[in-house]
Amino acid sequence: MVGIVLVSHSWKIAEGIKDLALEMAQGFEGIRCAAGLEDKTIGTDPIRIMEAIQDADSGDGVVVLADLGSGVISAEMAIDMLEGSVKVQLADAPIVEGAVIAAVEASIGSPFEKVLEETEKTREFHKVQS
Amino acid sequence: MPSRVYECIAKINDTIQANKDFLTDLDREIGDADHGVNMARGFHAVTEKLSQDETDIGAALKKTGMTLLSTVGGASGPLYGTAYMEAGKVMAGKTELTAEDFGQILDVAIAGIQKRGKAERGEKTMLDALIPACETYHAKVAEGADLVTALDAAIEEAHKGIEFTKTIRATKGRASYLGDRSIGHQDPGATSATLTLETVRDFLKA
Repeated sequence: MVGIVLVSHSWKIAEGIKDLALEMAQGFEGIRCAAGLEDKTIGTDPIRIMEAIQDADSGDGVVVLADLGSGVISAEMAIDMLEGSVKVQLADAPIVEGAVIAAVEASIGSPFEKVLEETEKTREFHKVQS
Repeated sequence: MPSRVYECIAKINDTIQANKDFLTDLDREIGDADHGVNMARGFHAVTEKLSQDETDIGAALKKTGMTLLSTVGGASGPLYGTAYMEAGKVMAGKTELTAEDFGQILDVAIAGIQKRGKAERGEKTMLDALIPACETYHAKVAEGADLVTALDAAIEEAHKGIEFTKTIRATKGRASYLGDRSIGHQDPGATSATLTLETVRDFLKA
Protein backbone atom coordinates (compact mmCIF):
# COMPACT_ATOMS: atom_id res chain seq x y z
CA MET A 1 0.00 0.00 0.00
CA VAL A 2 1.11 3.54 -0.74
CA GLY A 3 2.22 5.45 2.35
CA ILE A 4 1.43 9.06 3.19
CA VAL A 5 3.55 11.57 5.12
CA LEU A 6 2.05 14.78 6.48
CA VAL A 7 4.54 17.61 6.89
CA SER A 8 3.47 20.62 8.92
CA HIS A 9 5.09 23.27 11.10
CA SER A 10 2.59 22.31 13.74
CA TRP A 11 2.32 18.90 15.36
CA LYS A 12 -1.34 19.64 16.15
CA ILE A 13 -2.15 20.45 12.53
CA ALA A 14 -0.64 17.22 11.24
CA GLU A 15 -2.24 15.05 13.94
CA GLY A 16 -5.58 16.74 13.31
CA ILE A 17 -5.39 16.18 9.57
CA LYS A 18 -4.44 12.56 10.18
CA ASP A 19 -7.52 12.07 12.39
CA LEU A 20 -9.69 13.71 9.74
CA ALA A 21 -8.27 11.58 6.93
CA LEU A 22 -8.67 8.37 8.92
CA GLU A 23 -12.39 9.05 9.35
CA MET A 24 -12.67 8.45 5.60
CA ALA A 25 -10.05 5.72 5.45
CA GLN A 26 -10.66 3.72 8.60
CA GLY A 27 -8.03 1.20 9.49
CA PHE A 28 -5.47 2.65 7.07
CA GLU A 29 -2.10 2.37 8.75
CA GLY A 30 0.16 4.03 6.23
CA ILE A 31 -0.05 7.65 7.45
CA ARG A 32 2.89 9.22 9.27
CA CYS A 33 3.22 12.73 10.66
CA ALA A 34 6.50 14.62 10.48
CA ALA A 35 5.50 17.86 12.10
CA GLY A 36 6.87 20.37 14.55
CA LEU A 37 10.25 19.94 16.16
CA GLU A 38 11.23 17.14 18.50
CA ASP A 39 9.83 19.01 21.51
CA LYS A 40 6.57 19.68 19.59
CA THR A 41 7.31 23.39 19.13
CA ILE A 42 6.57 24.98 15.74
CA GLY A 43 9.02 24.07 13.00
CA THR A 44 9.98 21.53 10.36
CA ASP A 45 12.89 19.08 10.36
CA PRO A 46 14.10 17.44 7.11
CA ILE A 47 15.77 14.57 8.98
CA ARG A 48 12.56 13.58 10.75
CA ILE A 49 10.63 13.93 7.49
CA MET A 50 13.12 11.62 5.80
CA GLU A 51 12.71 9.04 8.57
CA ALA A 52 8.91 9.30 8.38
CA ILE A 53 9.04 8.63 4.63
CA GLN A 54 11.20 5.55 5.20
CA ASP A 55 8.83 4.38 7.91
CA ALA A 56 5.71 4.97 5.77
CA ASP A 57 7.10 3.05 2.81
CA SER A 58 5.99 -0.54 2.46
CA GLY A 59 7.59 -0.84 -0.96
CA ASP A 60 4.76 0.79 -2.94
CA GLY A 61 5.94 4.37 -2.58
CA VAL A 62 5.03 7.40 -0.49
CA VAL A 63 3.09 10.57 -1.23
CA VAL A 64 4.12 13.58 0.86
CA LEU A 65 1.88 16.54 1.67
CA ALA A 66 3.35 19.73 3.12
CA ASP A 67 1.90 22.93 4.53
CA LEU A 68 3.69 26.16 3.65
CA GLY A 69 7.11 27.75 3.30
CA SER A 70 9.79 25.72 5.04
CA GLY A 71 7.37 22.78 5.16
CA VAL A 72 7.83 22.55 1.40
CA ILE A 73 11.59 23.25 1.45
CA SER A 74 12.19 20.71 4.23
CA ALA A 75 10.07 18.06 2.48
CA GLU A 76 12.01 18.58 -0.76
CA MET A 77 15.29 18.33 1.10
CA ALA A 78 14.19 15.10 2.84
CA ILE A 79 13.26 13.59 -0.53
CA ASP A 80 16.63 14.59 -2.03
CA MET A 81 18.46 13.06 0.93
CA LEU A 82 16.79 9.70 0.24
CA GLU A 83 18.61 9.71 -3.10
CA GLY A 84 16.03 7.57 -4.87
CA SER A 85 16.00 4.81 -2.23
CA VAL A 86 12.23 5.27 -1.79
CA LYS A 87 9.70 6.02 -4.54
CA VAL A 88 8.41 9.28 -3.14
CA GLN A 89 6.96 12.55 -4.35
CA LEU A 90 5.76 15.78 -2.80
CA ALA A 91 2.17 16.31 -3.98
CA ASP A 92 1.37 19.74 -5.40
CA ALA A 93 -1.84 19.92 -3.39
CA PRO A 94 -3.43 21.55 -0.35
CA ILE A 95 -2.54 19.49 2.70
CA VAL A 96 -6.04 18.99 4.21
CA GLU A 97 -7.98 18.05 1.10
CA GLY A 98 -4.95 16.25 -0.31
CA ALA A 99 -4.48 14.12 2.80
CA VAL A 100 -8.11 13.02 2.88
CA ILE A 101 -8.11 11.99 -0.78
CA ALA A 102 -4.65 10.41 -0.57
CA ALA A 103 -5.70 8.34 2.44
CA VAL A 104 -8.87 7.15 0.71
CA GLU A 105 -7.01 6.23 -2.49
CA ALA A 106 -4.15 4.54 -0.66
CA SER A 107 -6.51 2.60 1.62
CA ILE A 108 -8.30 1.01 -1.35
CA GLY A 109 -4.96 -0.16 -2.69
CA SER A 110 -4.50 2.26 -5.59
CA PRO A 111 -1.00 2.36 -7.05
CA PHE A 112 1.41 5.25 -6.38
CA GLU A 113 0.69 7.12 -9.63
CA LYS A 114 -3.08 6.97 -9.05
CA VAL A 115 -2.82 8.13 -5.44
CA LEU A 116 -0.62 11.05 -6.49
CA GLU A 117 -2.89 12.00 -9.39
CA GLU A 118 -6.06 11.99 -7.29
CA THR A 119 -4.31 13.88 -4.49
CA GLU A 120 -3.19 16.61 -6.86
CA LYS A 121 -6.70 16.98 -8.32
CA THR A 122 -7.66 18.57 -5.00
CA ARG A 123 -5.89 21.72 -6.22
CA GLU A 124 -8.98 22.32 -8.33
CA PHE A 125 -11.54 21.83 -5.57
CA HIS A 126 -13.70 24.94 -5.30
CA LYS A 127 -15.28 26.07 -2.07
CA VAL A 128 -17.51 28.66 -3.71
CA GLN A 129 -19.45 28.08 -6.91
CA SER A 130 -18.80 30.91 -9.35
CA MET B 1 42.23 23.59 23.60
CA PRO B 2 39.50 23.70 20.95
CA SER B 3 40.50 23.53 17.27
CA ARG B 4 40.55 26.69 15.14
CA VAL B 5 37.51 25.61 13.15
CA TYR B 6 35.58 24.90 16.34
CA GLU B 7 36.52 28.33 17.68
CA CYS B 8 35.36 30.01 14.49
CA ILE B 9 32.00 28.24 14.55
CA ALA B 10 31.68 29.04 18.27
CA LYS B 11 32.23 32.72 17.37
CA ILE B 12 29.44 32.50 14.80
CA ASN B 13 27.26 31.09 17.57
CA ASP B 14 28.21 34.03 19.84
CA THR B 15 27.21 36.49 17.10
CA ILE B 16 23.90 34.74 16.49
CA GLN B 17 23.10 34.62 20.22
CA ALA B 18 24.01 38.32 20.61
CA ASN B 19 21.76 39.22 17.66
CA LYS B 20 18.95 36.79 18.46
CA ASP B 21 16.42 39.48 19.40
CA PHE B 22 17.52 41.81 16.60
CA LEU B 23 17.01 39.10 13.96
CA THR B 24 13.71 38.05 15.44
CA ASP B 25 12.50 41.67 15.52
CA LEU B 26 13.41 42.08 11.84
CA ASP B 27 11.47 38.90 11.10
CA ARG B 28 8.52 40.13 13.16
CA GLU B 29 8.13 43.03 10.74
CA ILE B 30 7.82 40.90 7.62
CA GLY B 31 7.68 37.26 8.62
CA ASP B 32 6.85 34.88 11.42
CA ALA B 33 9.14 36.35 14.08
CA ASP B 34 11.30 33.29 14.46
CA HIS B 35 14.56 33.89 12.58
CA GLY B 36 16.68 34.87 15.58
CA VAL B 37 15.14 32.29 17.88
CA ASN B 38 15.53 29.54 15.27
CA MET B 39 19.13 30.40 14.39
CA ALA B 40 20.04 30.71 18.07
CA ARG B 41 18.57 27.29 18.83
CA GLY B 42 20.38 25.79 15.83
CA PHE B 43 23.81 27.24 16.58
CA HIS B 44 23.55 26.45 20.25
CA ALA B 45 22.98 22.81 19.24
CA VAL B 46 25.97 23.02 16.86
CA THR B 47 28.34 24.08 19.66
CA GLU B 48 27.11 21.14 21.73
CA LYS B 49 27.28 18.50 19.01
CA LEU B 50 30.47 19.55 17.26
CA SER B 51 33.63 18.03 18.75
CA GLN B 52 36.03 20.68 20.07
CA ASP B 53 38.90 18.51 18.81
CA GLU B 54 37.72 18.46 15.20
CA THR B 55 40.49 19.84 12.99
CA ASP B 56 39.10 18.72 9.61
CA ILE B 57 37.33 21.89 8.46
CA GLY B 58 35.18 19.91 6.02
CA ALA B 59 33.98 17.51 8.70
CA ALA B 60 33.20 20.40 11.06
CA LEU B 61 31.20 22.27 8.41
CA LYS B 62 29.30 19.11 7.48
CA LYS B 63 28.42 18.44 11.12
CA THR B 64 27.33 22.08 11.48
CA GLY B 65 25.06 21.79 8.43
CA MET B 66 23.50 18.52 9.54
CA THR B 67 22.83 19.90 13.01
CA LEU B 68 21.27 23.13 11.69
CA LEU B 69 19.06 21.02 9.45
CA SER B 70 17.39 19.24 12.32
CA THR B 71 17.37 21.97 14.96
CA VAL B 72 16.61 25.34 13.31
CA GLY B 73 13.00 24.53 12.40
CA GLY B 74 12.34 27.26 9.83
CA ALA B 75 13.43 27.68 6.22
CA SER B 76 16.85 28.81 7.44
CA GLY B 77 17.44 25.21 8.59
CA PRO B 78 17.53 23.64 5.13
CA LEU B 79 19.01 26.82 3.60
CA TYR B 80 21.92 27.38 6.00
CA GLY B 81 22.17 23.61 6.51
CA THR B 82 22.70 23.11 2.77
CA ALA B 83 25.17 26.02 2.62
CA TYR B 84 27.35 24.57 5.40
CA MET B 85 27.11 21.02 4.06
CA GLU B 86 28.14 22.14 0.58
CA ALA B 87 31.00 24.16 2.09
CA GLY B 88 31.98 21.00 3.95
CA LYS B 89 32.46 19.18 0.64
CA VAL B 90 34.89 21.88 -0.55
CA MET B 91 36.89 21.65 2.68
CA ALA B 92 36.81 17.86 3.15
CA GLY B 93 40.10 16.70 4.64
CA LYS B 94 41.55 20.23 4.83
CA THR B 95 42.88 21.84 8.00
CA GLU B 96 43.85 25.20 6.46
CA LEU B 97 41.62 27.73 4.70
CA THR B 98 43.03 29.56 1.65
CA ALA B 99 41.61 32.58 -0.19
CA GLU B 100 40.69 30.26 -3.08
CA ASP B 101 38.94 27.86 -0.72
CA PHE B 102 36.80 30.64 0.70
CA GLY B 103 35.79 31.75 -2.80
CA GLN B 104 34.71 28.20 -3.55
CA ILE B 105 32.82 28.03 -0.26
CA LEU B 106 30.84 31.14 -1.22
CA ASP B 107 30.13 29.71 -4.68
CA VAL B 108 28.83 26.35 -3.49
CA ALA B 109 26.94 27.82 -0.55
CA ILE B 110 25.10 30.23 -2.84
CA ALA B 111 24.40 27.50 -5.41
CA GLY B 112 23.02 25.27 -2.64
CA ILE B 113 20.81 28.01 -1.23
CA GLN B 114 19.50 28.83 -4.70
CA LYS B 115 18.73 25.22 -5.50
CA ARG B 116 16.98 24.65 -2.18
CA GLY B 117 15.08 27.94 -2.01
CA LYS B 118 14.52 28.32 -5.77
CA ALA B 119 15.34 32.00 -5.40
CA GLU B 120 17.21 34.51 -7.51
CA ARG B 121 18.88 37.78 -6.64
CA GLY B 122 16.34 40.58 -6.12
CA GLU B 123 13.74 38.57 -4.20
CA LYS B 124 14.58 40.00 -0.77
CA THR B 125 16.49 37.04 0.57
CA MET B 126 19.96 36.29 1.93
CA LEU B 127 21.09 35.98 -1.69
CA ASP B 128 20.84 39.76 -2.04
CA ALA B 129 23.72 40.05 0.43
CA LEU B 130 25.64 36.91 -0.52
CA ILE B 131 25.72 37.18 -4.32
CA PRO B 132 27.22 40.71 -4.53
CA ALA B 133 29.59 39.81 -1.68
CA CYS B 134 30.74 36.73 -3.57
CA GLU B 135 31.25 38.62 -6.83
CA THR B 136 33.35 41.27 -5.10
CA TYR B 137 35.29 38.63 -3.19
CA HIS B 138 36.32 36.89 -6.42
CA ALA B 139 37.21 40.19 -8.10
CA LYS B 140 39.45 41.18 -5.18
CA VAL B 141 41.18 37.79 -5.03
CA ALA B 142 41.77 38.00 -8.80
CA GLU B 143 43.51 41.35 -8.17
CA GLY B 144 45.78 39.60 -5.69
CA ALA B 145 44.06 40.49 -2.40
CA ASP B 146 44.41 38.13 0.55
CA LEU B 147 41.41 36.42 2.16
CA VAL B 148 40.72 39.04 4.84
CA THR B 149 41.14 42.03 2.50
CA ALA B 150 38.85 40.44 -0.10
CA LEU B 151 36.35 39.53 2.61
CA ASP B 152 36.40 43.11 3.91
CA ALA B 153 35.38 44.38 0.47
CA ALA B 154 32.80 41.60 0.16
CA ILE B 155 31.20 42.56 3.47
CA GLU B 156 30.83 46.15 2.30
CA GLU B 157 28.84 44.84 -0.67
CA ALA B 158 26.81 42.59 1.60
CA HIS B 159 25.80 45.66 3.61
CA LYS B 160 24.74 47.41 0.42
CA GLY B 161 22.76 44.25 -0.33
CA ILE B 162 20.97 44.54 3.01
CA GLU B 163 20.12 48.17 2.22
CA PHE B 164 18.85 47.04 -1.19
CA THR B 165 16.49 44.53 0.43
CA LYS B 166 14.74 47.46 2.13
CA THR B 167 13.75 48.86 -1.26
CA ILE B 168 12.21 45.74 -2.74
CA ARG B 169 9.18 43.56 -2.30
CA ALA B 170 9.59 39.99 -1.09
CA THR B 171 8.61 37.29 -3.56
CA LYS B 172 9.95 34.32 -1.57
CA GLY B 173 9.22 33.05 1.90
CA ARG B 174 6.62 34.17 4.43
CA ALA B 175 7.32 37.85 3.67
CA SER B 176 5.92 37.37 0.17
CA TYR B 177 2.43 37.05 1.73
CA LEU B 178 2.70 40.72 2.66
CA GLY B 179 3.22 42.00 -0.87
CA ASP B 180 4.12 45.69 -0.94
CA ARG B 181 3.95 45.84 2.86
CA SER B 182 7.34 44.11 2.89
CA ILE B 183 8.96 47.19 1.30
CA GLY B 184 10.88 49.36 3.77
CA HIS B 185 12.11 46.48 5.91
CA GLN B 186 15.48 44.79 5.64
CA ASP B 187 15.60 41.07 5.12
CA PRO B 188 16.49 39.04 8.24
CA GLY B 189 18.25 36.34 6.20
CA ALA B 190 20.44 38.86 4.37
CA THR B 191 21.27 40.29 7.80
CA SER B 192 22.23 36.97 9.41
CA ALA B 193 24.30 36.03 6.34
CA THR B 194 26.23 39.31 6.59
CA LEU B 195 26.74 38.88 10.33
CA THR B 196 28.21 35.46 9.60
CA LEU B 197 30.69 36.86 7.06
CA GLU B 198 31.70 39.60 9.51
CA THR B 199 32.30 37.07 12.26
CA VAL B 200 34.50 34.92 10.02
CA ARG B 201 36.49 38.02 8.99
CA ASP B 202 36.96 39.17 12.59
CA PHE B 203 38.03 35.66 13.58
CA LEU B 204 40.59 35.43 10.78
CA LYS B 205 41.90 38.92 11.54
CA ALA B 206 42.35 38.27 15.25
